[in-house]
Amino acid sequence: MNKLKAAFSQGDKKLLNVYFTAGYPQLKDTQTIITSLANAGADIIEVGMPYSDPMADGPTIQESSKIALQNGLTLKILFEQVAAARAQTEVPLILMGYLNQMMQYGEEKFLDSCVQCGIEALIIPDLPPDLYGSDYKAMFEERNIEIVFLITPQTSEDRIRYIDSLSDAFIYVVSDSSITGNSRDISSEQREYFQRIADMNLKNPCLIGFGISDKKSFDMASSYSSGAIIGSAFIKHLTNASGDESLDLTVTQFVHSIKG
Amino acid sequence: MNYKIDEKGFYGKFGGAYIPEMLHSNVMELQENYLAITQTEEFQTEFRSLLKHYTGRPSPLYWAKRLSEKYGTKIYLKREDLNHTGAHKINNTIGQILLAQKLGKTRIIAETGAGQHGVATATVCALMGLECIVYMGEVDIERQKPNVFRMKMLGAEVRPATSGSKTLKDATNEAIRDWINNPVDTFYIIGSVVGPHPYPDMVARFQSVISREMKEQLQEYEGRSNPDRIIACVGGGSNAAGAFYHYLDDEDVTLVAVEAGGEGIHSGRSAATSILGTEGIIHGSKTLLMQTKDGQIIEPHSISAGLDYPGIGPLHAHLITTGRAEVVSIEDGEAVNAAIELSRLEGIIPALESSHALAALDYLTLDKDESTIICLSGRGDKDLQTYMKYLNHE
Repeated sequence: MNKLKAAFSQGDKKLLNVYFTAGYPQLKDTQTIITSLANAGADIIEVGMPYSDPMADGPTIQESSKIALQNGLTLKILFEQVAAARAQTEVPLILMGYLNQMMQYGEEKFLDSCVQCGIEALIIPDLPPDLYGSDYKAMFEERNIEIVFLITPQTSEDRIRYIDSLSDAFIYVVSDSSITGNSRDISSEQREYFQRIADMNLKNPCLIGFGISDKKSFDMASSYSSGAIIGSAFIKHLTNASGDESLDLTVTQFVHSIKG
Repeated sequence: MNYKIDEKGFYGKFGGAYIPEMLHSNVMELQENYLAITQTEEFQTEFRSLLKHYTGRPSPLYWAKRLSEKYGTKIYLKREDLNHTGAHKINNTIGQILLAQKLGKTRIIAETGAGQHGVATATVCALMGLECIVYMGEVDIERQKPNVFRMKMLGAEVRPATSGSKTLKDATNEAIRDWINNPVDTFYIIGSVVGPHPYPDMVARFQSVISREMKEQLQEYEGRSNPDRIIACVGGGSNAAGAFYHYLDDEDVTLVAVEAGGEGIHSGRSAATSILGTEGIIHGSKTLLMQTKDGQIIEPHSISAGLDYPGIGPLHAHLITTGRAEVVSIEDGEAVNAAIELSRLEGIIPALESSHALAALDYLTLDKDESTIICLSGRGDKDLQTYMKYLNHE
């Protein structure tokens, strides 16, 4: 069983998936953040590939991406950092980035690098499901790399079923019509939407993301799903950390504040 | 060779809709409706009536005799600068606002570089009584102040884009984010032939009125509808798309796309996308763009805010890579000189963007019996600050 499947096979346990931008706050922090997150109890780690023009992301992730790129992060360095972290932890690792990054690196070569450094799955928000189905599915399956698709309150039931059929990892349920990093209280409309998705009995488990920032919102989202994804709130928390020891402490405190 | 869009939204290998799921329902709504709505008699009648009575179309095709004399050939200017609001941009915003109304949208957003598209959007929003928010890079807000004031005067809200190079690309990113956050009531009026399908084709169709008129007007002058050459500047490329549209299949007409060379193609400060660019994805479309080998988009530079964009529309990527269109790149100073030249020879102060097209005359072999149409996409009022600065250094 792969690491991602294993994570979702722990009964009713609610999974915490934490996103961070590789190469931020400092270039060399990627490995420390992964191992600290895993040791503190994060169940899945989503490593962001910093991109110059992250269309689906909000200002927090865009800013962290800009700094990571200024720090000199390239995909080559990122893969080396992830490989080093993989040697120290069994936590499922997901890479999130944009299609242009994968295209320029060379799609097959990119997937090979993912395999080599122990990535389980990819999230490519601007890779539409139908294009994945026609042009990419075979090359992912050949290498046992999973794909994760997003759904939103606007995604029709037919389309959700289609997306569910294309993927074998989990469904990323975007909590709101929103870019990342907009946090506000979860509304009754959102609860209805979460319930609607839960009632569909999809093949894949669901994780809810966007706007999840603390224990309260994590618990709320998790009550309708297999867990939730936190990104911008974690990155904001990292901003003040410097040096390995402080970084490890900061990461641990954050995870405990959610799962404690 | 086919130069029209295919049913999947591609021009050859360029185009498509590489969008996150959050935009899927919005973009699908447009893909499914844009032709069905805009091709009705009712829509076309309304559209053409506004173009005629509100913007003052047809815009003249002017035989520029003194300019022709200087270059030893026959040069016509398609006077898009004489449209209401001072550029070709209004052709497209009228079309899109009518479509937005038919789709029941109540809130309009737009991005702008030079501010011409922002002004054209603010104008049609005032005309239709719709809320209008325009995203504009902080750098552009500074260098195109008159247009910022015009938008505010027209009742629009101008929101600064503060990320990246703080220019057109970043304003576009912010507008896309706004659309993601407001998926139900908001219509995004894109100002150029860029973005996910159907925008490139939709905008090209609205702008195609330029070449439709050119055909009739040249007929009156010369008894033939095809010139030997059409020159237009390309940032995203909407005026060029409009000026080329009805000539795409007429291979006897040479199409010249003029890009902003900035401070020199290899200076590191340029927007010569087709020369420096490689295939990739920007703003939801596969096209040629300036990027690092890691796929990070490179910040462009041009003296002209309207050409300061790291990509080009997918139609132009297709025309250029298939050889249908030629490319000339013009540096900042050359564009300013061409603006001064036209001002003094013809009494027309052109926009900096259009000045790039004019400057291309120096790089082409022009026979005395040939006819060339230059798309004069906009007037230079908004650029006076830049021109003044340049003239004071003379």
